[in-house]
Amino acid sequence: MNIEIISGVSVQAYIWLSLILFAIGVFGVLSRKNAIVIFMSVELMLNAANLLLVAFSKMYADTSAQVFVMFTMAVAAAEVAVGLAILVLMYRNTKTVNIDVLSKIKG
Amino acid sequence: MAAESLYTAIIGLPLLGFLIIGFLKNKISDNIAGILASTMVLIPFLIVSSVFFSLVNGGSAIHYYLLNWFTVGHYSVDYGIQLDRLSVVMSLFITGVGFLIHLYSVSYMKGDKNFSTYFSYLNLFIFFMLVLVLSDNYLGMYIGWEGVGLCSYFLIGFWYKNNEYSNAGKKAFVMNRVGDLGFMVGMFYVFYYTGSLEFVKVEQAIGMGAMTPIVLMIAASMLFVGATGKSAQIPLFTWLPDAMAGPTPVSALIHAATMVTAGIYMVIRSNFLYSLAPEVLNVVGIIGVASALYAAIVGMTQNDIKKVLAYSTVSQLGLMFLALGVGAYVTALFHVLTHAFFKALLFLGAGSVMHAVGGEQDIRKMGGLRKYMPITFATFLIASLAISGIPPFSGFFSKDEILAQAFQQNTLLWVLGLVASMMTAFYMFRLVFLTFYGDYRGNDDSKQKIHESPKLMTIPLVVLAILATVAGTLGLPHVLNMPHLLNDFLSPILASSARPQGHLEASTEFMLMGIATGGALVSIAIAYMMYISKKRVPDEDANYSGLTKVAYHKFYIDELYNAVIVRPMQWCSEFFHKVIDKVVVDGIVNMTGKASLLASDIVRTSQTGYTAFYILAMVLSACFILGYFFIGS
Repeated sequence: MNIEIISGVSVQAYIWLSLILFAIGVFGVLSRKNAIVIFMSVELMLNAANLLLVAFSKMYADTSAQVFVMFTMAVAAAEVAVGLAILVLMYRNTKTVNIDVLSKIKG
Repeated sequence: MAAESLYTAIIGLPLLGFLIIGFLKNKISDNIAGILASTMVLIPFLIVSSVFFSLVNGGSAIHYYLLNWFTVGHYSVDYGIQLDRLSVVMSLFITGVGFLIHLYSVSYMKGDKNFSTYFSYLNLFIFFMLVLVLSDNYLGMYIGWEGVGLCSYFLIGFWYKNNEYSNAGKKAFVMNRVGDLGFMVGMFYVFYYTGSLEFVKVEQAIGMGAMTPIVLMIAASMLFVGATGKSAQIPLFTWLPDAMAGPTPVSALIHAATMVTAGIYMVIRSNFLYSLAPEVLNVVGIIGVASALYAAIVGMTQNDIKKVLAYSTVSQLGLMFLALGVGAYVTALFHVLTHAFFKALLFLGAGSVMHAVGGEQDIRKMGGLRKYMPITFATFLIASLAISGIPPFSGFFSKDEILAQAFQQNTLLWVLGLVASMMTAFYMFRLVFLTFYGDYRGNDDSKQKIHESPKLMTIPLVVLAILATVAGTLGLPHVLNMPHLLNDFLSPILASSARPQGHLEASTEFMLMGIATGGALVSIAIAYMMYISKKRVPDEDANYSGLTKVAYHKFYIDELYNAVIVRPMQWCSEFFHKVIDKVVVDGIVNMTGKASLLASDIVRTSQTGYTAFYILAMVLSACFILGYFFIGS
């Protein structure tokens, strides 16, 4: 029904949106100590990139970018599985998800 | 093809024997090992004999390609077997005497806990020795040459738990290596100039003038350096007396009858080279006579029964080189042959004596053994007569021929050779009188145990005694108007002399024989007076003085080599160890390690362990890289 409206949005808007999303993601990763929040921020950055790809795909009427997005999502799903598993283990061992406790990898 | 595999069996069987006994030494009993090893030598002996008789009856020499070793470019190294008149004579006595010594060893080594190992080494030795003499090229000969050296090392140090014995083995090995280097360089020269190592081809190439006289001289003298190492001549002889550390049958087989004559065989085999380099032949003769004299002088003062025989071996080898030096190749081979019989007999006799007196080797603690061991005594006496050159024993004919040949070339060489052989007679009979005559000088306890050796040991003694007696008939002097069988047999491939010579007049030849025999008899008489009439026994080691002391200590040659060569080498290695290795090499290695430790100490400070810091670094780096590209573009 609203497909007209969505396709009416200009590409610039999509670029700004994904830029903002990406910046939020970077800020989240840099500023938060909670591993889960950092994880979410990483996902946010990933999806900002996906959004941009889809937007450009629409603009150039080229579907190959959408194929990329499919792959990215599949890989992201796998990554989430691994990442969350690591987080669970981390919590079990340290009873916290604060990344600053993980300073044992100091050289 | 069938015939060829038969000939291949000559070298194949001893190798097979070595492998079987070597691998199964814990599974088979001592008796089986002994029988197997002896059989593996007896069969080749029979094959070689058949070849020998076919050659005597005018058959042609056998020469065939066995296998290809490797191919480099256009040159391929093939291994071929050459059963010609020269190599057949050599292999005949190698396998024949070898077989007798195998038999003897079965009894002599009884009860030794490495009995099978001993026999596997012995078979391996026979294999390499046959490779040496049957090969049709220098490289194959060199393989055998190195192989017999290796076996000699194994067997000298056979009782390796005694440090002195294993050191003697090492000494022999190292000294031989020095000589082998000469052999190798000689081979390089031959190969470089003639493009081949096969005797036949090398001979042809040299005949066509492939080598200039100077090159010939270098090649021949380098090969001769190899011969001095293997045949224990000045300056590389000091290993042979020490090599007596091995079991006595080994001394008989390797260090008297076969291996040490390899140098002489090599020179005879290379006669086409040496005959064109008369200067080198002169050196060969001088070194030979010097070794003969030197070893004879030392031999007169030694009190260890085996050491006396060892020096006598060096001395006899010296006489053979004298024969080569005057170009009398056949005469040298003749003496090799007779020497193999009587010297093997002497060593086996000495082994029998040591067996009887509980391993004692000092003749000052023997005496009067004649009554207890008549067979050993009789055979030992025959061998002593033979080596002293008393007619009609074999040594007389070969030695007389050497001296006659030397006389024709150079009177001085003849005089020196004569003196050496007179001294031989003296020290041999000194040995006989001190060992077998007089009263027993050991303690009563060991006196009770003196016994004649078992049959298995005395039979080889008797066979060798017969051979030592009759082998002279192979080379009767031509004044007697009898054929010189060995010379006739070898004449198709070897000129009897490399140097022009007229026949000596009959009267001169009889005179030479008379002088040689008379000299030997006088020496024996002196020995008789000293050791039987006056009942003298050599003094304790410490009581020697003057020249005797110098001779007893072998003219301090070992000490000289120690001071001139061994010590400076040790200093060098000390220097290289302490300065070059410890300081320079280790320093560089340690510095590399320290430098990377230091560098990583600096770099690792950036690795804080805080994830947030890493992420920040990553983001900043990404920004930097992107910014760089934006600004850059």
